[in-house]
Amino acid sequence: MALDRWIALVILMISLAYGYTAFFTMDEGLPPFMKFNAIWPSTFPKGLSVMAVICALIILLSPQKADAGPKAGDIDYRRLLDYKLGQATALLAMMVIYALALRPVGFLISTVAFLVISAMILGERKLHILIPIAVLAAGVVWYLVQQVLGIYLRPLPFFMGTGG
Amino acid sequence: MLDGILIGLSTAFSFSNLLMVIGGCLIGTFIGMLPGLGPMSIISIMIPVAISIGDPSAALILLAGVYYGAIFGGSTSSILINAPGVASTVATSFDGYPLARQGKAGKALTVAAISSFCGGSIGAILLMIFAPALASVALLFHSAEYFALMVVGLSAIAAFAGTGQVVKALLMTVLGLIMATVGEGALFNMPRFTMGIMDLQSGFGFITLAMAMFALPEALYLVLDPGRSKTEGGSNEIKDLRITRAEAKSIAPVIGRQSIQGFLIGVLPGAGATIASFLGYAVERNIAPKEEQKEFGKGAIKGLAAPESANNAACTGSFVPLLTLGIPGSGTTAILLGALIALNVSPGPRLMVDEPEIFWAVIISMYVGNLILLVLNLPLIPYIAKVLAVPRNYLIPFIFFFTLMGAYIGQNNATELLILVGLGICATVLRFADYPLAPLLIGFILGSMLEDNFSRSMQLYDGLGFLMERPMTIGLLGLAALLVILPSYRARRARLRQRGVADGD
Repeated sequence: MALDRWIALVILMISLAYGYTAFFTMDEGLPPFMKFNAIWPSTFPKGLSVMAVICALIILLSPQKADAGPKAGDIDYRRLLDYKLGQATALLAMMVIYALALRPVGFLISTVAFLVISAMILGERKLHILIPIAVLAAGVVWYLVQQVLGIYLRPLPFFMGTGG
Repeated sequence: MLDGILIGLSTAFSFSNLLMVIGGCLIGTFIGMLPGLGPMSIISIMIPVAISIGDPSAALILLAGVYYGAIFGGSTSSILINAPGVASTVATSFDGYPLARQGKAGKALTVAAISSFCGGSIGAILLMIFAPALASVALLFHSAEYFALMVVGLSAIAAFAGTGQVVKALLMTVLGLIMATVGEGALFNMPRFTMGIMDLQSGFGFITLAMAMFALPEALYLVLDPGRSKTEGGSNEIKDLRITRAEAKSIAPVIGRQSIQGFLIGVLPGAGATIASFLGYAVERNIAPKEEQKEFGKGAIKGLAAPESANNAACTGSFVPLLTLGIPGSGTTAILLGALIALNVSPGPRLMVDEPEIFWAVIISMYVGNLILLVLNLPLIPYIAKVLAVPRNYLIPFIFFFTLMGAYIGQNNATELLILVGLGICATVLRFADYPLAPLLIGFILGSMLEDNFSRSMQLYDGLGFLMERPMTIGLLGLAALLVILPSYRARRARLRQRGVADGD
């Protein structure tokens, strides 16, 4: 089965679960006075779930078209291993680690580490250029966000003060 | 109108707003030049900055400047290295790159800048004429018509965005609407579909979703396929920026025609700058004399002027439905709409009446933006072009970092970053399978307004009676149905005809 049909199947499952909640469980906790209204919190979602199920079923059940392959300049997911999949996965993992480390480790250290390690994943080896650029960028962004925009960003690890 | 223009002039020409236009145009040009980063990604990244400014006029002026700058920057990379940073400048590369290869990069950039300036300025004049008229008609609308109008907008977007695969685009639109129902809505004041997760109480963050749909997949594509960001092979030498009087005379009618055509295409929901630029190029090639037709694709300045004026005029045109009806005509204007909502501004027919300084300041700043792009950017082009030399190993981590920071600043919550990564992976997979992502974001942004108007109509008519009792609502819903059915019917007929030919009929 082609990828677009797998996606339609997943969306169908999500829509069914969404529809089940809208049709069967959502209205249980509804205050009695709201039940006299023409519109309930579940009315709109009910319609959406029906539409989503219909669209997903059309994609799933329509006759399979001849595969024209990817468009020019697009990525062919059937040959994903031919691309830099390892680098992409490693960078996504770095993003998750960054998200988890941002608060406890602090903005400056986690950002410098993120920029340096990400560039190294992509093949950069000139650390004498990379590290100063990363430190400068982290410092400038922290200053702009914290001091100019006024959004609190803990600069250092939690045991080294708030930096506010 | 004169009062409005005066209000707009005083707002747009304030020192801080002038800085916003200049800054927006420069940032947009720099980032728009980077292959793979389109205006939607750039505006998504800039939204947290714009929102933190607090003043809606200044924020919208900044974002509009970034939008124009990105389109201009996209043209520059199309001409210099045949790598369009933006889909709407792909047609620019057809003749712009051959001109650069012939050593006429400076001339090509001048033609592009002048065409963009004229396209944008003519578009802004047309916007000034059409927007107030449309807004006064829209003032007659009630919630039922608004609901129907939004359905028309969403159907049109699905029909255009999913050319040949309307159902996929419709599914994405509905998915966006479904995502908009997650969280505690203002209407019923009770959490819906949060699955008990505290972080979903306030629903999905619009900035996070915009980043996940556009910036992150683009960045992942750059990682997966390094060829997309390669900058070798082109001629980056920019010497003579002048064009002759004869050349100016030959492109003048092209610019005039394509500015008007581009604007009208931009006004249509879902059409946008990309379609305008391709159509502009095709029309000019078809109406050109036989001799000139042969030049198209080999370095014809008419072939460069046509898409450049059309795409800028279309950008301006796409502001008409946004400012007058509150309905975004493209993915980019959908992001701008989200930013306005975040700034507590409701675009629509009342915007011109209630907050004329925002409405007119945006229009006036469009002129200013276009002028700045011409006066400031053109001499700076040789220096700006140096951004194309930023190595991929540095560029990509910074794109990822700014995407993360955008989501973090928008919500001030680290969990948002995990949601961003998750949604970004989903968006990339959807892109692999050719599911259009703009309808999802537009559905998400319009979702609460659509439900709000639907609910209000249901309450007023105590049920679905409004569908029968308001002729304009029925008419609009009929139009929405046609917009979905016609392209699917045509595609089916074309398929059957093709099969007939293959079978030897």
